Amino acid sequence: MHAFNYHRPSNVNDAAAQAVKGEAKVLAGGQSLVQAMKLRLAAPSDIIDLGMIKDLAGIKTDGKTVTIGAMTRHAEVARSADVKKAIPALAALVGMIGDRQVRNMGTIGGSLANNDPAADYPAAVLGLGATITTTKGTHTADKFFKGLFETALKPGEIITSVSFPVPKRAAYMKFKNQASRFAIVGVFVADTGAGVRVAVTGAAPCVLRLAEMEKALTAKFAPESVANLKVKPDGLNSDLHASAEYRAHLITVMARRAVEAAMK
Amino acid sequence: MGAPLIGARIQRKEDYRFLTGAGQYTDDVTLQGQTHAVFVRSPHAHAKIKSIKKDKALKAPGVLAVFTGEDLAAAKVGGLPCGWLITDVNGQPMKEPPHPCLAQGKARYVGDHVAVVIAETLDGAHDAAELVEVDYEVLPAVADAAMARAKGAPVLHDAAPDNTCYVWALGDKAAVDAAFAKAAHVTKLEFINNRLIPNAIEPRAAIGLYSRAEDAYTLYVSNQNPHVERLLMAAFVLGLPEHKLRVVAPDVGGGFGSKIYLYAEDVVVTWASKQLNRPVKWTAERSESFVSDAHGRDHHTIAELALDKDGKFLAMRVKTTANMGAYLSTFAPAIPTILYATLLAGQYTTPAIHVEVTAVFTNTAPVDAYRGAGRPEATYVVERLVETAARELKLDPAEIRRRNFIKQFPYQTPVALLYDIGDYEATMAAAIKLADVAGFPQRRKEAEARGKLRGLGYAAYIEACGIAPSAVAGALGARAGLFEAGEIRVHPTGSVTVFTGSHSHGQGHETTFAQVVADRFGLPIESVDIVHGDTSKVLFGMGTYGSRSLAVGGTAIVKAMDKIIAKGKKIAAHLLEAAEGDIEYDRGVFKVAGTDKQKMFGEVAFAAYVPHNYPHDKLEPGLNENAFYDPSNFTFPAGTYVCEVEIDRDTGTTKVVNFTAVDDFGKIVNPMIVEGQVHGGITQGIGQALTEGCRYDATGQLTTGSFMDYCIPRADDVPSYKVDTRETPCTHNPLGVKGCGEAGAIGAPAALMNAITDALGIKDLPMPATPQTVWKALQNKKAA
Repeated sequence: MHAFNYHRPSNVNDAAAQAVKGEAKVLAGGQSLVQAMKLRLAAPSDIIDLGMIKDLAGIKTDGKTVTIGAMTRHAEVARSADVKKAIPALAALVGMIGDRQVRNMGTIGGSLANNDPAADYPAAVLGLGATITTTKGTHTADKFFKGLFETALKPGEIITSVSFPVPKRAAYMKFKNQASRFAIVGVFVADTGAGVRVAVTGAAPCVLRLAEMEKALTAKFAPESVANLKVKPDGLNSDLHASAEYRAHLITVMARRAVEAAMK
Repeated sequence: MGAPLIGARIQRKEDYRFLTGAGQYTDDVTLQGQTHAVFVRSPHAHAKIKSIKKDKALKAPGVLAVFTGEDLAAAKVGGLPCGWLITDVNGQPMKEPPHPCLAQGKARYVGDHVAVVIAETLDGAHDAAELVEVDYEVLPAVADAAMARAKGAPVLHDAAPDNTCYVWALGDKAAVDAAFAKAAHVTKLEFINNRLIPNAIEPRAAIGLYSRAEDAYTLYVSNQNPHVERLLMAAFVLGLPEHKLRVVAPDVGGGFGSKIYLYAEDVVVTWASKQLNRPVKWTAERSESFVSDAHGRDHHTIAELALDKDGKFLAMRVKTTANMGAYLSTFAPAIPTILYATLLAGQYTTPAIHVEVTAVFTNTAPVDAYRGAGRPEATYVVERLVETAARELKLDPAEIRRRNFIKQFPYQTPVALLYDIGDYEATMAAAIKLADVAGFPQRRKEAEARGKLRGLGYAAYIEACGIAPSAVAGALGARAGLFEAGEIRVHPTGSVTVFTGSHSHGQGHETTFAQVVADRFGLPIESVDIVHGDTSKVLFGMGTYGSRSLAVGGTAIVKAMDKIIAKGKKIAAHLLEAAEGDIEYDRGVFKVAGTDKQKMFGEVAFAAYVPHNYPHDKLEPGLNENAFYDPSNFTFPAGTYVCEVEIDRDTGTTKVVNFTAVDDFGKIVNPMIVEGQVHGGITQGIGQALTEGCRYDATGQLTTGSFMDYCIPRADDVPSYKVDTRETPCTHNPLGVKGCGEAGAIGAPAALMNAITDALGIKDLPMPATPQTVWKALQNKKAA
């Protein structure tokens, strides 16, 4: 690891100001950034640790939405009775992130700002049509995820919270990479009451929605609506663990299983 | 005298320190004035080193030295020696290209050590390592063993212009050809035994310390055989007399073979400690372990089995290309020959076997012994062939094995080994019962109803352990003996310290060996401590590998105990005023036969050290004995594994739902430790079959260089195992033991792949059977 300056601001405005200096990086759990630093792949001049900013963490529910503070650890979301009651699929998804150690440190804000193509959270955020609040305003999920490790966040813009509308029913199915346990394909299906959203992570350079499946499921929310909907492998990721063809196949399988799970 | 300790499930004495964080590993050793080494490694699989510029690195803060291959050559530091010489089919010695400790002229694999930076701090060394400017001319590379001998393949070493280390053969080719000519059926398979990366939990580490006062070195190193390390480094690399090098292998967090070898880093830190007159420490990062630890397996094999119409095996023909990697690691040449070809008879009476092995150099990390070492590859050949033959002949896979099992012992195989004892039928019968094979058709039906494909596979493995009779090993090319040494030091008040050359790094020697000694001496186990891993304490040792510790190292201890008891009888006879011939000994009690006159072990020990009433005219005081033991044969553990899998058709995911292992390890000292060894071995075998596949791309880059891509199995990847043992005691060691450390890794892959191919209804599938591989096989089957 290269040497760096460490900052631990107590409020988000100070953090935002520090974050634009030099080659600064914001630390929000550090489950990707610290690994990259240890491997000397990332060498930030300054680390702005959000861990001491108290009002960035916490979970609020009002029956219609679940709002999660950016620095809320995965473990806290996974075991939250409120989240489990309002959006059980979200609590279940978070419980599948990484391992126990990762979940104790990793945060929703960190995950979304990083936008790893195989991360789980983006599937829930896009699948549920969540709203991302930052130090500079709000982003809809549909406009937040821009590409491989790319988001709508501007330099110095820090996520403060994420609001999830409570769906009628939803489920997430994840097919894990055996080694990393990241999603090779993860499909989040949500019946919002005003239509169905289907978001896929792991399969492509960035989380995406599947319009054809959404249409079929909006017409009839049932496994058979998607069971035979083949996905084209064009543009999907292809690596040692899964070819684009295999991923395309898995999207259909995981979507069908997610619908089955949502109906239970 | 307490309850018998042999056969008791005693909790491991060493676990208290391991589980409470009191273990002392090499990286825990911190020496006064310690410096830190970081190795500059080649990012290229094959490259000419045009120049190395050290200036910038040397100017970096806290940097003490930068050394390259040129510096080592100038200091006359030798290359890494190979401990085994194979003589090829033409009677010529294998090609043995130099293996410099820092690359000279060329780098030959990604991770090859090119330079070392030594600095005051670890971070400083890392920073400076980035400033070493190596000008590489990248050369074409070859990573695949099957491509290494192709026309126009890039050549690694001038000494081996066709990239061939040796072509070696064993068996009667004419007899095999004749048998194939008259066979009613031939089963043929071609497969790759996948390359594995060992991944001990503790990465390799070494600290070199030079004492100017004594003009002597100490090396702390995470290693499985400190005396062998000392011998190789002192005699062949640094040119030191052995008494000037002390090697300490303290607590070692696993090895699985990968820490048997003398590595370049060990040499460099030792040598550099004198140059700097300061201790030099190096601890591998996990990424370094992936590229630089010796890998395992990597065979490409074509195997054929000839059978008569009743399924009797007539002959076997095997051709294997074995990947040695870029250089010969310490015991590399022995793995695909002595530890592989000689095991191809398996548990069967196959009368004629011929095997040809071609060992090649490629631009990959060196390959050497890894848990099982040759024997998993042999078992895979035999047991995949046997199961496939049974399917082709529509015979029950257990029945075809029964028809061919060896039943008379001793049995001379056509591939050099003499099996002393076994009962393969009884072992398999026990496995069939424990696995409830009879209930399988019902379980398969239930699985089908749930949309799952269920399959069952067997593997009846045999291994040669207790390595090895030195004369036999020497005749086969070993450049060292393979005996073991032990010493018993009885203290005046009757407690005992045992010194053994067998190193323990997860095997539980400190408990098992203590059980053997405490039981024989009638002592509580707390009164016996086992010392290992330090050449300045232990008289000698050949170390731990090849499931040899109890069979060979344990026997050396027994021989030393025999001497203690013989002397004890003399002392007791004197104390009891009886003739020595009238003294009987049993578990700590010296007794005059037919009387109630007796002396306890502790009383005899006390008399030896406080010799007021002592036969000084006939006997030296003290009670301390040592012994060396060279086995007269290998031991032959064998067993039957039964594996059941369920496959998810939609995703290709394989779940191991049942795994049954019945092993014959001979006598068992601690069943709990043995079960642990079996569990660990099976898990590594499941890893090979299902999840672990080391991959190099066509340019020789390691594409599975971290746990993000290389998958060692985790607890939720494996079922709860059903294990049991049968016992035919080894005939040629006093404990009747055979060895249990490698069995699981040897038998499991074949059992798994037999089960998976059964579930899928296909002939073969490459390992590891990842979900994608299985899914593709299902797609191909659908298309066919």
